[in-house]
Amino acid sequence: MTDTHGTAHALRAISNEEGLDARLLVDRGTFRLDVSLRVAPGEVVALLGPNGAGKTTALRALAGLAPLDGGRLLLDGTALEDTPPESRPVGVVFQDYLLFPHLTALDNVAFGPRCQGASKAEARTRAAEWLDRLGLAEHAGSRPRRLSGGQAQRVALARALATRPRLLLLDEPLAALDARTRLEVRSQLRRHLAEFEAVAVLVTHDPLDAMVLADRLVVVEDGRVVQEGTPSDIARHPRTDYIARLVGLNLYRGEADGHTVRLGAGPGVTITETLTGPVFVAFPPSAVTLHRDRPHGSSARNLWHGEVAGLETHGDQIRADIGGELPLAADLTTVAAAELGLHPGAEVWATVKAAQTHAYPV
Amino acid sequence: MTVPRDKSAAAAETLGGAPRRRRGRAAGRGAPLPLLVPALIGLAFLAVPLVALLVRAPWRSMPELLTSAEVWQALRLSLVCATLATAVCLVIGVPLAWLLARVEFPGRGFVRALVTLPLVLPPVVGGVALLMALGRNGIVGRSLDSWFGITLPFTTAGVVVAEAFVAMPFLVISVEGTLRAADPRYEEAAATLGASRFTAFRRVTLPLIAPGIAAGAVLAWARALGEFGATITFAGNFPGRTQTMPLAVYLALQSDPEAAIALSLVLLAVSVAVLAGLRDRWMATA
Amino acid sequence: MTTRTAHRTRRTLRVAGAGAAALLALSACSSPDDSSSGTSDGSASASSQEKLSGTVTVFAAASLKEGFETLGKNFEKEHPGTKVTFSFGGSDSLAASITGGAPADVFASASPKTMKIVTDAGDASGTPATFVRNELEIATLPGNPDKVASLKDLTNPDLKVVLCDKEVPCGAAAQKALDAAGLKLTPVSYEQDVKGALTKVELKEADAAVVYKTDVHAAGDKVEGVRFPESADAINDYPIVRLEDAKNAEAAEAFIALVRSAEGRQVLTGAGFLEP
Repeated sequence: MTDTHGTAHALRAISNEEGLDARLLVDRGTFRLDVSLRVAPGEVVALLGPNGAGKTTALRALAGLAPLDGGRLLLDGTALEDTPPESRPVGVVFQDYLLFPHLTALDNVAFGPRCQGASKAEARTRAAEWLDRLGLAEHAGSRPRRLSGGQAQRVALARALATRPRLLLLDEPLAALDARTRLEVRSQLRRHLAEFEAVAVLVTHDPLDAMVLADRLVVVEDGRVVQEGTPSDIARHPRTDYIARLVGLNLYRGEADGHTVRLGAGPGVTITETLTGPVFVAFPPSAVTLHRDRPHGSSARNLWHGEVAGLETHGDQIRADIGGELPLAADLTTVAAAELGLHPGAEVWATVKAAQTHAYPV
Repeated sequence: MTVPRDKSAAAAETLGGAPRRRRGRAAGRGAPLPLLVPALIGLAFLAVPLVALLVRAPWRSMPELLTSAEVWQALRLSLVCATLATAVCLVIGVPLAWLLARVEFPGRGFVRALVTLPLVLPPVVGGVALLMALGRNGIVGRSLDSWFGITLPFTTAGVVVAEAFVAMPFLVISVEGTLRAADPRYEEAAATLGASRFTAFRRVTLPLIAPGIAAGAVLAWARALGEFGATITFAGNFPGRTQTMPLAVYLALQSDPEAAIALSLVLLAVSVAVLAGLRDRWMATA
Repeated sequence: MTTRTAHRTRRTLRVAGAGAAALLALSACSSPDDSSSGTSDGSASASSQEKLSGTVTVFAAASLKEGFETLGKNFEKEHPGTKVTFSFGGSDSLAASITGGAPADVFASASPKTMKIVTDAGDASGTPATFVRNELEIATLPGNPDKVASLKDLTNPDLKVVLCDKEVPCGAAAQKALDAAGLKLTPVSYEQDVKGALTKVELKEADAAVVYKTDVHAAGDKVEGVRFPESADAINDYPIVRLEDAKNAEAAEAFIALVRSAEGRQVLTGAGFLEP
């Protein structure tokens, strides 16, 4: 690993700023990507966004697999815009890993060092070290199709790390795994990423993956960054519907005047903060209480009329999608749902306590 | 934590695998009649002429024929030339297939049609075309002759050229098809690991498409082994130098059809033996 | 210079002499046969001339193409309502088709050997008659740049010579001529048929080929013919016969009569054949 620093120092040319400093411009006619990224060494950043937001395009541009139409790409001060992928100090873990099926796990990992000029024996020694580090020593001789999903994922990580990259890219690293394996691999991956001393960028549409794995989230929608910050920051202060839905919040934008937020022509929301001007107001679905008849004597300050648009089961919870004067999501237990006799089209009243709302300036 | 999880995952896999295999067997059992009947007719269509050849073969004169030096000479020449022609096809055909499958360039459809041309061209015409190109007086052959003193017609090298010309489409089409089916992202993965495009081709793509290359090579080899028209037109017919088995068979047919049948059977037996041997070998590695 | 010219003149004379002698001998021996068959054929065709109709299918050696097509047109003109269809090909394969049951009325072969296949199989009606003969010539490049003047000149190792394979008639004939001359010739290739041999010269891949005179004739100015005396030892007879299973026997006989008539002979000698 000490070698890595040596190489990286030798490459340094334009500035002595470490880490990634990129502005990725890709123009595909109907789709335009414009994403700026600054990532310090040792930091893990997740590009989070819905499908088609341009995350994978950004990742491919970073790897050199897709050309940039503009912007800049500096890694540890070296400009990489015109560097072909094979010459970039970048390692990639692909979504379905793309382990070479004709090579053993060991030779897959040794492939990168071999291409970088190491002798066969040297490359294999280094590969064996990486496999060992990732707990795969006993699978060194296995071909990829004999590996489980989690093992394959770790081999792919070892293969990417064995080239000693200064930028590690992970494309939906957990998407190919089933739910059970995912949980375990996620925590392992988090540990390995925490140990990685250079820049790591991962792309995911799964907020949980992003929040567990990354130090910082960059939310991308329609080719542009809509919000960035630490996972907790973003969870607390979502700025778009997409993020709010991701983090499980009802989010509205309105005009605050004291303890009331006016949502356009719609109803008002009573809050505990004292604010004026444009604000976001959010509350979790679990803060919503549903009633079939208009409640009397409820202490809740917020009361809206609506009807059930849809019901979805999450474990022993049911999420109700409520349409009406204020569209919102409400979580309730299956028992409660049965007692209320909820069904799509059913009329309901929703109450939320002011104390359970959270408002913040735009 | 890790170990039990992995075990359960493995168990889940084997559980999932068993019914899949069972389903496969079930599908094999019930071949529907509308498929089965034409399939059997097809098989008979291919097999009956071969059987007829076997039935009518002059088994009594067989030992005498098989010990004839001329037959061995022609057989050896056939095998050597077909193998060399296949090698030529591999060296220039695989890169051509890669170009067609992986590189966008204007007129690619036209080039692809051109590659398949020897398939539709009557081999004799192919031979004449080769003479016009590579013959002593051909547009390229003239320079070969005056610069290097190389003339291809009437030489064993000419046989290889003629066979390669006719066999090449089989290889290119087969390899291009396999390349198109192969995931190009493996090449991208190799690039991110520091492999140049050529290294990626050599160390990743080539092994991935090896079955397709092998299949194409076998087709090309078989086609080259049976080649007659282009060979006799371009390289002529001289025992030991350019007289391959199909030429010997054709000429024997003029005067001694029994000998021709016997020679055909020799060619047939050798090619079946080689093809079956190769097939077993792939099966073992695949 | 003078000696060479003299030499050549002498040889040409000798060739011409041999040819003339051969012609005389041929006409002498063929004329009785000719007249006898002529009378029988003549009476047959005269009596049935009115009734001739339908299609005559003629299987003929490829070298007869040019002459037979002309004769076919003449025949159709002379006998309105008839149609002559040809299948030209190698005599061997034609013979194989006939013995295999191909529907034909007339078979004209390029060698007695292939004719024998048909007669042996009992597919011929009557005895085949020789109607023309073909002799060998050396085909050289136009203008004869290598100055080939004799069969012996072909043994020059710097020349690329192609022969027909010994298994096919032109090859067997060439071998006979070489044997007669006491020459040993190693060609660059033994071609599958006379066209293959000729093509090699036409495309200038070979310097010379031993082929039939009619083939040289048919190739026009793409090759130049050189006659050689030893060809007299390897003259090929072309027999013709009506087939046993002929569907149109009368028209078939009439066509054979036309081929063997003076008119037929004139057309065929025009294509380079020798009279029988």
